[in-house]
Amino acid sequence: MTELKQTKLHAKHVALGAKMVPFAGYDMPVQYPLGVLGEHNHTRAAAGLFDVSHMGQCFIIADDGTFVTAAKALEKLVPASIQDLEPGQQRYSQFLNEDGGTLDDLMISRLGFEGHTHKLYLVVNAGCKDADYAHIQKHLPAGVKLDVADDTLSLIALQGPKAVDVLARLNPAVKNLVFMTHTDLPLTNTIWVHISRSGYTGEDGCEISVKHDDVEALTDLLLAEPEVEMIGLGARDSLRMEAGLCLYGHELDPSVSPIEAGLIWSVQKHRRSADAGYLGAARVASDLADKTTKRLVGIQPEGRAPAREHTEIQDMDGNVIGEITSGGFGPSSRGGAGGPVAMGYVARKFVKAGTPVQLIVRGKPRPAKVVKMPFAPHNYFRG
Amino acid sequence: MSIHFTEDHEWIAVDGDVGIVGISDYAAKALGDVVFVELPDIGLELDKGDEAAVVESVKAASEVYSPIGGEVTEVNGALEDEPAKVNEDPQGDGWFLKIKISDADELEGLMDEAAYKTYCEGL
Repeated sequence: MTELKQTKLHAKHVALGAKMVPFAGYDMPVQYPLGVLGEHNHTRAAAGLFDVSHMGQCFIIADDGTFVTAAKALEKLVPASIQDLEPGQQRYSQFLNEDGGTLDDLMISRLGFEGHTHKLYLVVNAGCKDADYAHIQKHLPAGVKLDVADDTLSLIALQGPKAVDVLARLNPAVKNLVFMTHTDLPLTNTIWVHISRSGYTGEDGCEISVKHDDVEALTDLLLAEPEVEMIGLGARDSLRMEAGLCLYGHELDPSVSPIEAGLIWSVQKHRRSADAGYLGAARVASDLADKTTKRLVGIQPEGRAPAREHTEIQDMDGNVIGEITSGGFGPSSRGGAGGPVAMGYVARKFVKAGTPVQLIVRGKPRPAKVVKMPFAPHNYFRG
Repeated sequence: MSIHFTEDHEWIAVDGDVGIVGISDYAAKALGDVVFVELPDIGLELDKGDEAAVVESVKAASEVYSPIGGEVTEVNGALEDEPAKVNEDPQGDGWFLKIKISDADELEGLMDEAAYKTYCEGL
């Protein structure tokens, strides 16, 4: 067995009483003494601090010092349009294989700081990062470099309605960011960060990339604010599920196209044709045209019983029509009353909201229906 | 009334031939916030070790096994609307079911409170 890796905040998690579990090769906090439910509700009400330093951070930089060269290179690997990114703009996209299956999903930012606007900054999933880096390396043309920053940068996220208030106490300029924008700024006299107004909870908030040497001091500074609590992976999962956000390895895998996963919004219009020029473009175009492929939908079980991952989905006649990919309890769903929530793939003709389906939980069919996501409203700040 | 514990962290409080079954403080803490409890049908015949109920926390589902054989005579319907009772008072209001014990000899081999405490400390 290989030794689990640790983030720079590992000792802090342990000192705070976190329950640690193996996740994507790292020993990570699944919950703190507040508990998953308490951490979930705290994030929706105030501000939750997440250590996501296990995720991969890297830069793509062209030798000629231009943005367009780097952008063109990355556009060969993702469906998103990159050349039209403004300095400081951020986009969500996916790495696809030649068949259009999803290798990973990622965030892409064009740096906004003067003198650095030619650089692309990427955040990828922990469990995929080594394969991602190899994939990028393999496909980058001569003259464009991948610079992996995992040896120097940690990543934390502060999420919730009070997150930006808290950060603005350190630097009021944080308030100038809107959803899906990115900048570089100092949060103290000595701590500079890459910061974006984005996250994985459906709430307003920021993701903050900070030097390994500074992450503990910054964490202490944020935790000292009355609104802030540490949040583990357990609540991270229930928060993102309620927000209807995909998790790699669950909703996304190498067999699934971004169209099937409902991510068409992340593929700009001029990138939807088979000759758009990126790996997997043909599949994206054909899945858009072909109304028979499966689609990811939200599923709300009736009653209180959660339906977990791999639960079989049947139509009302008992025919198998799909499978749950993520399922559990959404404390903020149903207008805050809480209840089971799930996501899963169903055959195309069952995607309409309100369609009744049955979930086979412990051998028994239970009524459920297809619903629109998110399960809890998004609270993004769009300016 | 005597109380006995299993290695799977169920408890059974026995009064005559009736047993009340639930999960221990230790189990409730380990599970975290309980959001759903699936209880058996009344009249169900259980053998010792059979799956008697399912308890779901935010994170996962866990089976609850019957500490003894017998017939389910009553279930704690209050858990349907207030599953959090399992966390608040696992060895009281958070009980799961009552069972008519078919063979009291099966209680042998279960732990008493002191032995269970020692067992948990060793985990």
